[in-house]
Amino acid sequence: MTTTAIEPFTMLVSTCVVLPAENVDTDQIIPARFLKTVDRRGLGANLFSDWRVDDQGRPRPDFPLNSPEASEAAILVAGHNFGCGSSREHAPWALLDFGFRAVISTGFADIFRNNALKNGLLPVALSPDAHATLLQVLTASPRTEVTIDLRSQTVTFPHPPSPIPHPFRIDPFARHCLLNGVDELGFLLEADDAIAAYESTHPPRVRTC
Amino acid sequence: MEAPRTLFEKIWDDHVVRPETADTPAVLYVDLHLVHEVTSPQAFAELRNRGVGVRRPDLTLATMDHSTPTTPRSRGRLQVLDSQAATQLAQLETNCDQYGIRLFGLEDTRQGIVHVIGPEQGLTQPGMTIVCGDSHTSTHGAFGALAFGIGTSEVGYVLATQTLLQRKPRNMEVRIDGVLPRGVTAKDIILAVIARIGIGGATGHVLEYTGSAIRSLSMEERMTICNMSIEAGARAGLVAPDDTTFEYIAGRPYAPAGADWDAAIARWRALAGNDGASYDLSVQLDAAELAPMITFGTNPSMAIPIDGCVPEPTRARTGAERADLDKALRYMALDPGQPLLGHAVDVVFVGSCTNSRISDLRQAATVMRGRRVAPGVRMLVVPGSQLVKREAEAEGLDLVFKEAGAEWREAGCSMCIAMNGDQLQPGQSAVSTSNRNFEGRQGKGGRTFLASPLTAAATAVTGAIADVRTLS
Repeated sequence: MTTTAIEPFTMLVSTCVVLPAENVDTDQIIPARFLKTVDRRGLGANLFSDWRVDDQGRPRPDFPLNSPEASEAAILVAGHNFGCGSSREHAPWALLDFGFRAVISTGFADIFRNNALKNGLLPVALSPDAHATLLQVLTASPRTEVTIDLRSQTVTFPHPPSPIPHPFRIDPFARHCLLNGVDELGFLLEADDAIAAYESTHPPRVRTC
Repeated sequence: MEAPRTLFEKIWDDHVVRPETADTPAVLYVDLHLVHEVTSPQAFAELRNRGVGVRRPDLTLATMDHSTPTTPRSRGRLQVLDSQAATQLAQLETNCDQYGIRLFGLEDTRQGIVHVIGPEQGLTQPGMTIVCGDSHTSTHGAFGALAFGIGTSEVGYVLATQTLLQRKPRNMEVRIDGVLPRGVTAKDIILAVIARIGIGGATGHVLEYTGSAIRSLSMEERMTICNMSIEAGARAGLVAPDDTTFEYIAGRPYAPAGADWDAAIARWRALAGNDGASYDLSVQLDAAELAPMITFGTNPSMAIPIDGCVPEPTRARTGAERADLDKALRYMALDPGQPLLGHAVDVVFVGSCTNSRISDLRQAATVMRGRRVAPGVRMLVVPGSQLVKREAEAEGLDLVFKEAGAEWREAGCSMCIAMNGDQLQPGQSAVSTSNRNFEGRQGKGGRTFLASPLTAAATAVTGAIADVRTLS
C-alpha cells in the first residue's frame, strides 16, 4: 500500500522573494500564538506575522513579503540556517499556504528540513558562492525567474554571459518521495513485517498502560 | 573483536529495524512517544483520514502543557478561558480516549511539562529512543536516552508504526572538565557551549557531554544542559548513564523493580562509550573559567558572561554576522559595548522545561528568602509539574516566593512560549530561565535575556540585571 499524499515536485520556475536574514527561526515564520489551531490549513495569513504587520495590524511596506510581486513568487530565498528553533510543522504549512513551494538557502535546521520535505516544500541548500551570486542577480533584477529542477538537482538563473546550473544536494530518498509524490507513512506501513519481527525480539523498555 | 562504539552508536544500533542504504534511511524503532496538545491534532486527523490505528498505545503517553493557563485553580479546577486552547485540549482528550492512550490531563496530579514529567515518572530510562513533537525532547538525553524532537507528520508516523525513517546523524563530543566556580550553574555551562558552537554549529549532530564537570552534575542539571542542545542545532544531547542516573530513577513509578532493576542496571552500565570510540568532532571547555552567562541578543548563541559588555557588531567576522548582530541589538534596544549589569527589566520568569524542576526552584528561593521583588518588577515562578509544585509547597518554597512578592503559578510551559496567556507586553524586558530569546518568543515585541535561576532571582530583587555573586 503506497499512498500518494503529497503533490509531486519535479520542476519549479518562479520569481523569488528575498529575505536575506540568517538564522530565521520558526517563531518568526509562525509565532506560537497561532499554534492553537487544530487544522493545518489557513496558516499563510499569519506567515511572518510579527515582521509583516506593525502593532496596528497594518502591513509594513518595507517587508519583502508585502511587495506586490511577492504574491506571485513560489520561491523564498533566505539566509543561512533557515528554520532553526522549534519543531513546529506549522512553519512549512504556513509557507506552503502562502504560496511557496521551495526555500533556497545555504543550510537548514534539521527538523525544519524534515518537516518541509514531508509536505512537498523543497529546501534547496546552495553553496555559499552560488547563493551569493543568486542574491546579486535578484538584487539587480528582482523579477528574475529561477528554475529549480529536482531531477537534475540544479538551480538555474540568468547570469551573463550564460546561465550556469548550480547543483544542490538532497537525500536520495526524499528526492524519490518528492518526484513521485510518495509519502513516508505509506513506506513505513509497508515495513510492518520488519517492525513486527523487531518487536518480537525487543520487549518494551517501559509501558505506559 | 567488535569495533569500539560511542554511547550514541550503541543506542542507534539497538533500534535499527531496517538498516539504512544509499537509497533509503534506516527504519528506527521508538521506545517511548510523548504527545502534547499543540503538535498532535493534525497527526490524529491524518490517522483517521487514512483509516490507520495507533500501533502501540502502551508506548505512548500524552499530557497538556503548552496552551494551558497557569493561573491559580478555582476550587481545584483550572479555567481554560481561551476557546481555541480549550478546543485543542478537548481534542487531545478525545484522541487519547479513542485510541486508548494514557493521558495526564489537567485534573491528573501527574500533569506537567512533557519533558519534566517523563523523567519524574521514571519513564525516561537509559538506552531508550524517545521522541515528541517538541524540539526540547533532547532533555531526556540526560539519562543516556536518544531523544529528539519531531514534526507533526512524524508524530503521525510514530503513532501508526512506532518507527521513523532516519539518516544516522554525526556524533560530536562536548567535553567539560574542571570544577565550576561559585554561582555558576548548568544553565551557564550550556549557554557558554552554545555561544562557542553557534546557533547552527551542531546541525546534523548528536552531542555527547563528557568530562569531570558533567559527571559531577545532578540529573536535573544534566537535563538543563541536554535540553538546550537544540539551540546549537543538534538533533539530540546525551550524557552517559552512571550511578547518579540510577539513583535518580530508582523507586519512581515506572522504574523497573526487583530482578528487573538488577537486569536494567547491568544493561545500562554497558551503554557508556567504549575506550577508543571516536567522535566526528570534539570541543572542550574548562569549567573553572566559566562565569554566570546571559544572552543579549535574539538567539541563544548571543550570550556573554554577565559582567561582560554587549559586543560591537563592527568586530563581527562576516557581513552576515554583523547584520544579524545589528538587527538583534536594534530589537533589544541595546548599544554596542554597553554593560548588561544594571540594565532595568520589567519581568522575571522562572520556569520552562529548561529550569522548572525542584532544584531550580530551590536555587531561586535561596536568593529570594528574606528579600523582596523590586518595585515595578513582575516575577512569575512556574513549577514544571504538579508534583514539583507539591514538593516545593511541602518545603515552603511557595511562601518564600509569595512573601517576596512573586506570583506562584500552576504547572505548564507558561511564559516560555506565550500561547497560554502568560506573556510580555510590547517593549517589556525580561530575564527568563527559559530556552529561547527569539524575537517575540515571550510575547510580541518582548525582549528576553536568558539566564540561570540564580541570575533571574538576583535580577528580580535588584530590579535590573544582577550578578548573584556580588548580591549584597
